[in-house]
Amino acid sequence: MQKIIKYVITDILRNKIVIAYTLLLLIISFSVFNLEDNTSKGLLSLMNIVLIVVPLICIIFSTIYVYNSSEFIELLVSQPLQRKHIWISLFAGMAIALTLSFFIGIGIAVFIYSFTPTGIILVGVGLILTLIFVAIALLAAVYTRDKAKGIGIAVLLWLYFSLIFDGLVLFILFQFADYPLEKPMLLLSGLNPIDMGRILILLKMDVSALMGYTGAVFQSFFGTTYGFIITILVMLLWMIIPVSLSLRKFKRKDL
Amino acid sequence: MIIATNVTKKFGRLVALNNVSATCNKGECIALIGPNGSGKTTLVKSILGMVVPDSGFITFNSKNILHDWLYREHIGYMPQIGRYPENMTIGQVLNMMKDIRSKCSNYSLDEDLVNAFKLPDLLKKRMRTLSGGTTQKVSASLAFLFNPDVLILDEPTAGLDPVASEILKEKIIAEKQKGKLVLITSHILSELDDLVTQVIYMQDGNLVFHKSIELLREDTGEEKLSKAIASVMQKNR
Repeated sequence: MQKIIKYVITDILRNKIVIAYTLLLLIISFSVFNLEDNTSKGLLSLMNIVLIVVPLICIIFSTIYVYNSSEFIELLVSQPLQRKHIWISLFAGMAIALTLSFFIGIGIAVFIYSFTPTGIILVGVGLILTLIFVAIALLAAVYTRDKAKGIGIAVLLWLYFSLIFDGLVLFILFQFADYPLEKPMLLLSGLNPIDMGRILILLKMDVSALMGYTGAVFQSFFGTTYGFIITILVMLLWMIIPVSLSLRKFKRKDL
Repeated sequence: MIIATNVTKKFGRLVALNNVSATCNKGECIALIGPNGSGKTTLVKSILGMVVPDSGFITFNSKNILHDWLYREHIGYMPQIGRYPENMTIGQVLNMMKDIRSKCSNYSLDEDLVNAFKLPDLLKKRMRTLSGGTTQKVSASLAFLFNPDVLILDEPTAGLDPVASEILKEKIIAEKQKGKLVLITSHILSELDDLVTQVIYMQDGNLVFHKSIELLREDTGEEKLSKAIASVMQKNR
């Protein structure tokens, strides 16, 4: 299994996209911190980038990579290897490469300029989001044979998590404005890992006061250690469930 | 050695394999023959576990292959169209396969074909730059590289030049004489004449017959395999 991970990572490093991604993140993070005097403002700008750009690049890169390694997968499947190991190694290889480049690209700048709990949470959320979106990409790629369709589904999923979901939440909020929605909002935010990440970071920034009563409810849940652990667990579920679903499909897939 | 029992596989509405049962034993050289789209490659891929049958099962050395994977260390497979990671060189592909198989129980290298095809001169070439014939040479070398007990060759000589296909044929005969099981699918029947001992004939996903070549010659009254098969095809039309 380690051998396959090794081959996946060397292959990813060979096609330079990941290196370009690392450089892009490095440039963004350093320029954001140098533009603003106030590091917490810098963190806020960085948060928006982490929550939008990182999922987008992770999901698209991973989907395309899975399709492009179809030959590699086909070659390995006819060898004395377990399919489970091949698939998990593919996930692990992509996850390791992308989390590493996120850590270098964002982590270094954050640790230099703003080594605070907020900064650490930001890096942590970015790392977990990387894992989650690699996992979702695997799921999108295993269910569709057609490459264009698969990439389209990946883009749609990203659009859903970063834009459409928020629109739906707003819609529900306005439709049911007469009812107390604070508790359901908590549950609803659990359906979107990007939202959970955003709430975790924002609450650490002490701007929850601006969010009114809902913000107070969020604070009383996400702000506690208990709520924090639950959130992290739910986010991990967002990684584990897509991986295991895609694995189940891959085990019975015809190549 | 390999026993397929009532294997059925459907791709959507197309029935690729319809209740196919076959038994393959050590020391046999079996030709899988049939028109295009008759399910030969699907059968071969089911044996390798690349295609999962809808029903029925396949055993290898009397063990069900469904949840097993180690049995594949006894198989050398040459695909019809070899597809390899495009960015890797021939050398890297060969090393990767050696690396992956290095833990197998019966690890021993047989580099006859690698040398006969003069691959050591091409080790630095990337897979995407190779011609179809050279890719086939790499596939063939990989199939024989680990001294497997079973060789599964899907259209082995398609795309090879006459010299290379002669080398491959001699290698197949040599391995057959060592008592290995060889499964070949091919359309070039004249090449199979001096190789095969058994013939499996498939049509539209059905296994029409499985008999020894002597019996086939007797039944059809033809000496040449190509003519014998032609007369069978005529009859089935």
